Amino acid sequence: MKAKNLILEGIVTNNPIFIMVLGMCPVLGITNTLNNAFWLGVSTCFVLILSNFIISLVGKIIPDKVRIPCYIIIIATLTTLIDMLIRKFLPGIYTQIGRFIQIIVVNCIILARAEAFAASNEPKWALLDGVSVGAGYLLGLFILGLLREFLGAGEIAGINVLPEFSGIQIFSIPAGAFIMLAILMAIYNYIKAKIEKKQKIKKALLRKAAQTAQGGKA
Amino acid sequence: MDILVMIVSTFITAVFTENIVFYYTYGICPFLGVSQKSKTAIGMGLTVILVITISSILSYIIYTYLLIPFELEYLQILLFILIIASLVQLMEVFMKRFVPALYKGLGIYLPLVTTNCAVLGTANAVVTKGFIFVETVFYSLFIGVGFLLALILMSGIRERLEKADVPKSFKGLPLALIAAGIMAMAFSGLSGLNFFG
Repeated sequence: MKAKNLILEGIVTNNPIFIMVLGMCPVLGITNTLNNAFWLGVSTCFVLILSNFIISLVGKIIPDKVRIPCYIIIIATLTTLIDMLIRKFLPGIYTQIGRFIQIIVVNCIILARAEAFAASNEPKWALLDGVSVGAGYLLGLFILGLLREFLGAGEIAGINVLPEFSGIQIFSIPAGAFIMLAILMAIYNYIKAKIEKKQKIKKALLRKAAQTAQGGKA
Repeated sequence: MDILVMIVSTFITAVFTENIVFYYTYGICPFLGVSQKSKTAIGMGLTVILVITISSILSYIIYTYLLIPFELEYLQILLFILIIASLVQLMEVFMKRFVPALYKGLGIYLPLVTTNCAVLGTANAVVTKGFIFVETVFYSLFIGVGFLLALILMSGIRERLEKADVPKSFKGLPLALIAAGIMAMAFSGLSGLNFFG
């Protein structure tokens, strides 16, 4: 049950991009193509999952006063690791997303999850939390990357799907990222409000039914 | 004369054509987080100018005179974040002790600056761009000024937006993001600007 809740929370109800609004810099800067967005998401997941796991393992040993610097060093080491890996194995991608991989270390999501969840939970839950929040982040990046690449260049993952459509330039520059994200957030809010309203009505109806049932008995 | 040209062109690049928020999209968290009121925006902006300038200079010196000679470039991320974190801590202590008036004004923003990616991003940028020392000083200073400008503009807009009547789903952040998008468009319009090219 806890596992299901955790997964749902990270991906939907507490999505790092649309609800927590954390780690926005790469979200806006690197989602101009699907490929970039995907690889940055994967790199962030890598750091997030491992840092959550390591911090929950050593969390009790670290004195309270120096915990933040210790977390930062753990996260920075992991960031250096993924930086080296991508630089070595995906040099083409690295030239585009390198400057955002280097700043994964100050991505607020990672420190936020370390402080809010990993430090006070068991390793297996911390690992799961890392996976679900990471998946939520990756999902947000993926959607933005897909939409922006399609609208900005008429392509999906580098493949031209609409030959007559050469793209709306604005969506491939940061300005388009701000606007696209705003629209997605508004849609998310709209759906959320709708669902909450439905649940409220359902609850009210149930209460009414219960009341009439009680009244009937009396 | 040369240095004057360099300063002016760095100013235009760093503040307008390659604005840290609208071109590099660094520092979005504080940009959205503390831009609701002009007063806090100015406080945050000034703190960032101070931290960006000092940390970039320190990072530049350490990178050029320590990491390159010993071929330790892979320590860049780890060392830079340590420099920034300890600098912020030091500044807090220093300001509390010697300039309490300044601490009262900017102190609350200082801890937030450590995880501001604008600071680390600029430190990384000055070493990857291969600047000389003077360029580093002015570039990082003006990047901070660009951040302050973006924050002030944004806070001015958001103070008005609060009273606007908009669809419920757009209320708050989505609307602020759209305003930021339009501003980014305006800033990208300046990218053709080249006085000395």
